[in-house]
Amino acid sequence: MEHIRTPKVEQVKLLDRFSNKSVTGTLHLTATHLIFVESNSTSAQEIWILHHHIASVEKLSLTTSGCPLLIQCRNFRLVHFVIPRERDCHDIYSSLLRLLRPVSYDELYAFSYNPKQNDQQREEGWQLIDLAAEFERMGVPCDQWQLTDVNREYKVCETYPRDLYVPITASKPIIIGSSKFRSKGRFPVLTYFYQEKKAAVCRCSQPLSGFSARCLEDEHMLQAISKANHNSRYIYVMDTRPKLNALANRAAGKGYENEDNYPNIRFQFVGIENIHVMRGSLQKLLEVMGTRSLSMTDYLVGLENSGWLRHIKAIMDAAIFLAKAVTDEGASVLVHCSDGWDRTAQVCALGSLLLDPYYRTIKGFMVLIEKDWISFGHKFADRCDQLDPDPKEVSPIFTQFLECVWQLTEQFPQAFEFSEWFLIQIHEHVHSCQFGNFLGNSQRQREDLQLKERTYSLWAHLLSEKQNYLNPVYSPSFAESHPVLEPSTQAYHFKFWRNMYHQYDRSMHPRQSILKHVLTLKESNRELEGTVQALKTKLQTFGVSTSPLKPQTPPRERSHPPRPQSLILGAPLLSRKEVQQEEDEEVFGEEAREDAPASTGRERTVEGSSATENGYGELKGSFDSKNEPAVVTLEFGVARMTC
Amino acid sequence: MEFAELIKTPRVDGVVLHRPFMPTVEGTLCLTGHHLILSSRQDNTEELWLLHANIDSIEKRFVGSLGTIIVKCKDLRVIQLDIPGMEECLNIASSIEALSTLDSVSLMYPFFYRPLFEVIEDGWQLFVPEEAFKDLESMTDEWRLSEVNKDFSVCPSYPSLLTVPKDIDDESLCKAASFRHGGRFPVLSYYHKKNGMVMMRAAQPLTGTNGRRCKEDEKLINATLCAGKRGYIIDTRTIAVAQQAKARGGGFEQEANYAQWRRIHKAIERSNVLQEGLIKLVEACNDQSHSMDRWLSKLEASNWQSNVKEILTTACLAAQCIDREGASVLVHGTEGTDSTLQVTSLAQIILDPACRTIRGFEALIEREWLQAGHPFQQRCAQSAYSNGKPRSEAPVFLLFLDCVWQILRQFPCSFQFNENFLIMLFEHAYASQFGTFLGNSVAERLKLLLSQKTVSLWSWVNRPQELERFLNPLYEPNNLVIWPSVAPQSLLLWEVPLQMHEMPKEHMDCEISMC
Repeated sequence: MEHIRTPKVEQVKLLDRFSNKSVTGTLHLTATHLIFVESNSTSAQEIWILHHHIASVEKLSLTTSGCPLLIQCRNFRLVHFVIPRERDCHDIYSSLLRLLRPVSYDELYAFSYNPKQNDQQREEGWQLIDLAAEFERMGVPCDQWQLTDVNREYKVCETYPRDLYVPITASKPIIIGSSKFRSKGRFPVLTYFYQEKKAAVCRCSQPLSGFSARCLEDEHMLQAISKANHNSRYIYVMDTRPKLNALANRAAGKGYENEDNYPNIRFQFVGIENIHVMRGSLQKLLEVMGTRSLSMTDYLVGLENSGWLRHIKAIMDAAIFLAKAVTDEGASVLVHCSDGWDRTAQVCALGSLLLDPYYRTIKGFMVLIEKDWISFGHKFADRCDQLDPDPKEVSPIFTQFLECVWQLTEQFPQAFEFSEWFLIQIHEHVHSCQFGNFLGNSQRQREDLQLKERTYSLWAHLLSEKQNYLNPVYSPSFAESHPVLEPSTQAYHFKFWRNMYHQYDRSMHPRQSILKHVLTLKESNRELEGTVQALKTKLQTFGVSTSPLKPQTPPRERSHPPRPQSLILGAPLLSRKEVQQEEDEEVFGEEAREDAPASTGRERTVEGSSATENGYGELKGSFDSKNEPAVVTLEFGVARMTC
Repeated sequence: MEFAELIKTPRVDGVVLHRPFMPTVEGTLCLTGHHLILSSRQDNTEELWLLHANIDSIEKRFVGSLGTIIVKCKDLRVIQLDIPGMEECLNIASSIEALSTLDSVSLMYPFFYRPLFEVIEDGWQLFVPEEAFKDLESMTDEWRLSEVNKDFSVCPSYPSLLTVPKDIDDESLCKAASFRHGGRFPVLSYYHKKNGMVMMRAAQPLTGTNGRRCKEDEKLINATLCAGKRGYIIDTRTIAVAQQAKARGGGFEQEANYAQWRRIHKAIERSNVLQEGLIKLVEACNDQSHSMDRWLSKLEASNWQSNVKEILTTACLAAQCIDREGASVLVHGTEGTDSTLQVTSLAQIILDPACRTIRGFEALIEREWLQAGHPFQQRCAQSAYSNGKPRSEAPVFLLFLDCVWQILRQFPCSFQFNENFLIMLFEHAYASQFGTFLGNSVAERLKLLLSQKTVSLWSWVNRPQELERFLNPLYEPNNLVIWPSVAPQSLLLWEVPLQMHEMPKEHMDCEISMC
């Protein structure tokens, strides 16, 4: 490829982010990936970094050992190479700069990625999620809500999907009038219908009210939503912005609903900060977490000063408010922010997740993302910096949503069919541009790009490896007893999501994983049951009748299930897709080596704890070699002592 | 003294009990000499049996004639009792106050408790030093069991039998003891089978301002080094604190006199600071503002997590010196009864797979805490809610359990026991029907005749029917050294003892079954 000046550099050092450890290997640059292969033949870890995952490349000033290259990824990976020759470093650097700034959609990985599927398989993948069926599942259309074709040609609102659901009493003129009074034409439409109380969750953008402007059609529209629900005489209008921001918008001819003009509404500000504040907050968070030898005080103070968890809690509080209004009061809720595609998407999606156990299943969660994020025009391309970036448009809005869901999985471990690795994998692919789902900013743009013909769907891919994302303690009966989740808003329930922000810093993870262990046990149990069945069938062919299996099998034999591929938390059980597979190698390289003796010697090994591993011996100044050891360092951030 | 004198109203009907995460119970409240009991007198309804000894403080409130007593326990539980009738409420409150602050050890419940189960294996006889020494003998002949302290005159806080280097005679031990705070001369804490390295513990040397030295002390610890090898002295205090200690007659080992040793200072807080931390932490957890910033800043101000990190780090360091550096280690702080024991016991959990079994962990607590003279009674006399003036209370043992829990979280398949086991130990350290945690030292326990007059916690815990709920289903023994991560991102807040969640039912059950 023409942008690659140096496809291969040898003798490159990879420094560990949190310790003094380093490994030497070869750096390869391909059209899609930056690959590091460790030269040490016994471990030979490989790191594959997709160009799209790279957020920034930085060349640091020359040192005696070479030229350092710092690569920061959108999946929070940070790699630090030292390249011996300055020239090579510069070549890699400038190639990367070009490669990670694709200028047209065609350059995105999704258009060249081919998982060896035929057209039919690809089409089936795209058909997995059907939003019309989803609205049907909610009970829409019904006697109060109908499908409107007003946006069939994207004429009323470019950033909405074609199919929209509105109250039956909302005529076309009302819809069109209302849309003209709303930012970007995003008029109030249904996003979730709570059948039990006939209460609707609707979304829109801010009204163009300025200081005094009114719009009768828009007022009618809200009244129509109100009337569609006989259980409540009023609807809640949630402005998810802080009041100050909404007031400021009035000067620009935008603003919020005046309760005097809209009868029967209860207006409420929620106070979620805007995309710029969120971007800054994440940046601060990552800065703190990236500090070497971080003290507990700096960690907690940094966590507080970043404001990150405060923002997460604000989103959660809003969703809880929404869910309470719908379930306790049976009231419909209309949610908006400024344009209605960031905070609105967060609150509507999270609120629906609290209301409906279906969204807590693997398939349901995909539907939820497809509905509230993809189809309603969350600007993934801009927010995730896919193409031609405007740094002011980038913001971790979707990441925050995933994190809110994770916080819920921590509070309700039995309520979700998926584990956190499902969320992390989705996050990975929102940025990977490997699948078509999240490309572009709106449905219309996606149709123009012919994504369904030219790319593959992430959902089909994730479903094909569903096994890896299952939550072993998921209990469907919990959903029956707790259809609506009522999370606690105590501050201490909100925690730092280590496995997301330190996914690649394996030294920080638990060395043994309960999740993996349980999944392995379940899997081996399933295999054993299969064996029992097969043996029974065999016996039957010999005419031997089988009695119900009693635990005659010596329990000894059962107590040693196949060793998990890795004990590290969260490593999916089976191999992931091609690229990830290589990364797995990197993560579990050590494990693989230890596997052989483990299976014969019956001795279990623990990540990072075998005698040959991980450079604990690499102590500066051990007694025998030097008389006065100055510093003793420990791997894994364990301890640092200065004498 | 008769308990009855303190009980003005032994029983009140129509009392309503509120507990977090649990349905309210209405029933009859009874006070006995050792318990506060609330029973609905119905089958299948839980009864409350609360040891007075577990009560840290109470608060009274009145609305009309309805009184409310909020009982705050040493194990950090908080319950509320609504009592009809002002007089009854006042009587109950003053009785509880009197009964929960009895000073005399011999009036404590363990001396009155009679087990309803048959004691099959007497916990008092389970972990005797002679047995531990037999194990050691099978590995090395460098050590001997000394009876120099058999009447506790050399060191009142040490047990009567101590493991010391074979070549050091009792006379030298006495001299070394006079050079160490509280007579706590260096003794063996752990022998690392893999490479023959050892961990010893002691109290600070009494060098004072003029740099006193003691040849016997130097000889004693040098005797643990192989020829040409050197060792590490881990002082759990910062160099500044250690310097200050000189003014009070304490101090640290001078390089000149201990040429074969390298001294490392760490910064584990003193016990009174730890107690303040616990109080602040509990306050933070009870903050009702639901504000994120407030929570994080209060959590930070409590320093609790910092303490956990520092203790774990020091323990990892000791373990690293032994296992990776192949060096022997001597650990001490000031008295050698608090931070020293946290470090030596945690290092053993990291190094020695045996300590990760239930029996092994019990043996560790017996060896490194009870026999090593951690003053349980002083440290656990009050907890986070007490209004009393703090004396020498400190959550030293709770912090140790917290650190164990952190390792357990990082190696969930390496421990035979689960979190419930740690919680159970925490609860019994503060209030118990068993005599195990009474007294401050072996000498005190002997004087109290605990092994004759009370039941050992281990006698109860080790019954198969009790053990069941303490077993970790994921346990798969491994013979490895387990190195935990001490990055702040890897350390979690141990929420269960802080009552942030619904308690697993087992904790309540054990309370019922014990009575």
